[in-house]
Amino acid sequence: MLSRVAESLFWIGRYSERAEHTARILDVHVQRVLEDPWLDEASAGRELLAVMGLPAPDGETDSRGVTELLAFDPDNPSSITGAICAARENARGARDVVSSEVWECLNATWNDLSHSEQLARRLGPHVFFRTIRERTAMLAGLVDATLARDDGWRFLVLGRSLERVDMTGRLLSSSISEDPASQSWVSLLRSCGAHEAYLRTYRRAVDASRVAEFLLLDRLFPRSVYWSLSMAEQILAELDGARGRARFTLDDKARRIVGRTRTELEFRSVDELVDDMPDLLVSLQRTCSTVSEAVTTRYFARDAPRSWATEVPA
Amino acid sequence: MADLFEGYAAEAEATAAWDEVFEAPDTPRGVYSSLYDALQPLSSSDLAGRKAALDRAFRDAGITFNLFGEERPFPLDLVPRLLDNPEWEIIERGITQRIRTLEAFLADVYGRAEVLEDGIVPRRLVLSSAHFHRAAHGIDPPNGVRAHVSGIDLIRDEQGGFRVLEDNVRVPSGVSYVVENRRAMTRVFPELFATHRVRPVADYAAHLLYALRAAGPPDVADPTVVVLTPGVYNSAYFEHALLARQMGVELVEGRDLTVRNNNVTMRTTEGDKPVHVVYRRIDDDWLDPLHFRPESVVGCAGLLNAARAGRVTIANAVGNGVADDKLMYTYVPDLIRYYLGEEPILANVDTYRLEEPDQRAHVLERLDQLVLKPVDGSGGKGIVIGPQASAAELDALRAKIEADPRGWIAQRVVRLSTSPTLADDRLGPRHVDLRPFAVNDGTKIWVLPGGLTRVALPRGSLIVNSSQGGGSKDTWVLAPEASTRESVSIRNRPAGMSPPVAEGPDIGPSASSDQQQQQQQQQRRQLVVVRPC
Repeated sequence: MLSRVAESLFWIGRYSERAEHTARILDVHVQRVLEDPWLDEASAGRELLAVMGLPAPDGETDSRGVTELLAFDPDNPSSITGAICAARENARGARDVVSSEVWECLNATWNDLSHSEQLARRLGPHVFFRTIRERTAMLAGLVDATLARDDGWRFLVLGRSLERVDMTGRLLSSSISEDPASQSWVSLLRSCGAHEAYLRTYRRAVDASRVAEFLLLDRLFPRSVYWSLSMAEQILAELDGARGRARFTLDDKARRIVGRTRTELEFRSVDELVDDMPDLLVSLQRTCSTVSEAVTTRYFARDAPRSWATEVPA
Repeated sequence: MADLFEGYAAEAEATAAWDEVFEAPDTPRGVYSSLYDALQPLSSSDLAGRKAALDRAFRDAGITFNLFGEERPFPLDLVPRLLDNPEWEIIERGITQRIRTLEAFLADVYGRAEVLEDGIVPRRLVLSSAHFHRAAHGIDPPNGVRAHVSGIDLIRDEQGGFRVLEDNVRVPSGVSYVVENRRAMTRVFPELFATHRVRPVADYAAHLLYALRAAGPPDVADPTVVVLTPGVYNSAYFEHALLARQMGVELVEGRDLTVRNNNVTMRTTEGDKPVHVVYRRIDDDWLDPLHFRPESVVGCAGLLNAARAGRVTIANAVGNGVADDKLMYTYVPDLIRYYLGEEPILANVDTYRLEEPDQRAHVLERLDQLVLKPVDGSGGKGIVIGPQASAAELDALRAKIEADPRGWIAQRVVRLSTSPTLADDRLGPRHVDLRPFAVNDGTKIWVLPGGLTRVALPRGSLIVNSSQGGGSKDTWVLAPEASTRESVSIRNRPAGMSPPVAEGPDIGPSASSDQQQQQQQQQRRQLVVVRPC
């Protein structure tokens, strides 16, 4: 697999997951603002923007303003539109490796963006979020059904898992300061698509420590941080595995970091989880970016283009 | 309901060209009769609906070309262009003959140069060609092939005969549209294929891969082939990706390749991997900054030396441009006689060499009646069509020709043949050409049955290049009636024997009808209970 193409696949995974997660988060945010009469719309909006890594804008932070920034801003690679564009651009450079169906799915989504944006401005943003969720689900399904489980698929899924850890971490940190019985924990679960899974698992009302436990530690739910980290760890091991199995220390930096983070989560009690949550979440986000860097250095590194002098400089 | 062909005959008459479909008003040629019968009952809204579906499919698949920085779907016209088998056989033989000649010429020019000694082609003409590269001298490709892929542009003149307009043995493009046009047509017009026996084009990539592997260095048993593209912003990127995907080889950019000790490698996640055949889609000038343009960042430094050392094969070979120079084109009939001792099967278009003083004088008097082309232009760039040019344009042209007679050729204005093309809501005659593609694997030259029919969409326009507002048509070569291929049925089952029927897929458990009934009764009773008295 070409390094350049592998890098593209990694970023297709990251950007498509980002688009999906952002759509889910925004969908829940908009709905919550509508449903909860006591909620301060502007501060909730500022909170959300801060968690997503955007500085508070000069304009309004009502749900419309937040949607503008996080959904439709084409210049921000973390907005939904920006993430879809970036994913599609990466897929374009890897046309010979991604299957035609995966490419067509991404390209058609990209072609449709302006149309669904217009529709959303007329009928409310939910239609846009639903389109994005459906298209990214279709993409994930096609990746699952039409790509061979080779290194290309591994890099794509690695990107997806890392992004999921990052996004779930951000989500949790948007809610930690709140009252443990607040309705916002339900919203949180819903934005991860985890509300029903949670209810079936615990069979009781939503409360803060259990939500944290579920989203951070659940061994079976595929959007929990633990699950995504284990997936990333397994894939890194497979990528590394072909190149010399180390008997003692692991040479691969990315594997070491992911493994350490996973164990730190795994062997913590619920109380510790809740108490250490702020630090834990910050370190989770840092983990994602260091792993991403380590993977880039190891697998995607290449020389900068060389320019050739025509004459000897004087 | 408007007739699709309304007013077609009069318009075709006015173009004074050979019409592909009609021999007389409302009388289609034999090969087109069943197509005509199928199209005639259709309404324009029906065609428009299919056209919209087609454009949408092309856009979603990203089958676009880049025009002024904007991605547009490649316009495919819905009416296919048909060629019957006898006609195709002539084209096939003519093209094979031409490519054998050009290969011989290239081997000669970059070797012993006997053709120059014998005075068939003036030495000055070769040396002054912009695409003659001394750096390519003495590089002998392993299986003797320099033009692995070529595209020979053909046109049909007013009498209905095919003539060669141009040879392309550098990096001819457009074959992906042939493949994709066919795929799209089978989807939007399935009923047409039922009544025609169309020779398939989908196996192009298989032939190409075979030829590229055959061209690899002889000491490598299992050569690694790559497609070298300038990158996603290139107008033909779609084609590069399609070919790489269909051949199952890597699509590399210059920055993915490195050359050390004349060994070419590509950078992969598992370290550097050797490369043996580079099917490059980059022009000579940008291919190797060591020999050509030093500022090139899309090429790979050292590639040409590696080819000289025999460690890698570049396809098509460097320096091929000397053979498809438009002035060299005028010598090709002589070259066919010189190298093969045969008469040309496909004629050239009558062309004036402007370096010869009396021909130049003749041309300069009649600039307003001729077509003038720069010798090394491509994509229809720089062409001046005399009858359509203004006096000022002709004066500027005259000055250019006098300053650089080697840089131009003049040709008679050929009214390219016309074919019915959807414009607004009916079919009008538009001028078409034909670019068949040929793949040379060293033992056999294979011509893709079909090729790219390009059509000039503006009314009366004679320029078919896609960069100048051209579209394309699916090109069907009809198989002869008594072909042996079709009579073979699936799995060689003798005719008349029906296949054994396998057991159907398993079906899951379902509630018995008693259960369903009781559940429904239950529901009804509940409804009765909750109803207030």
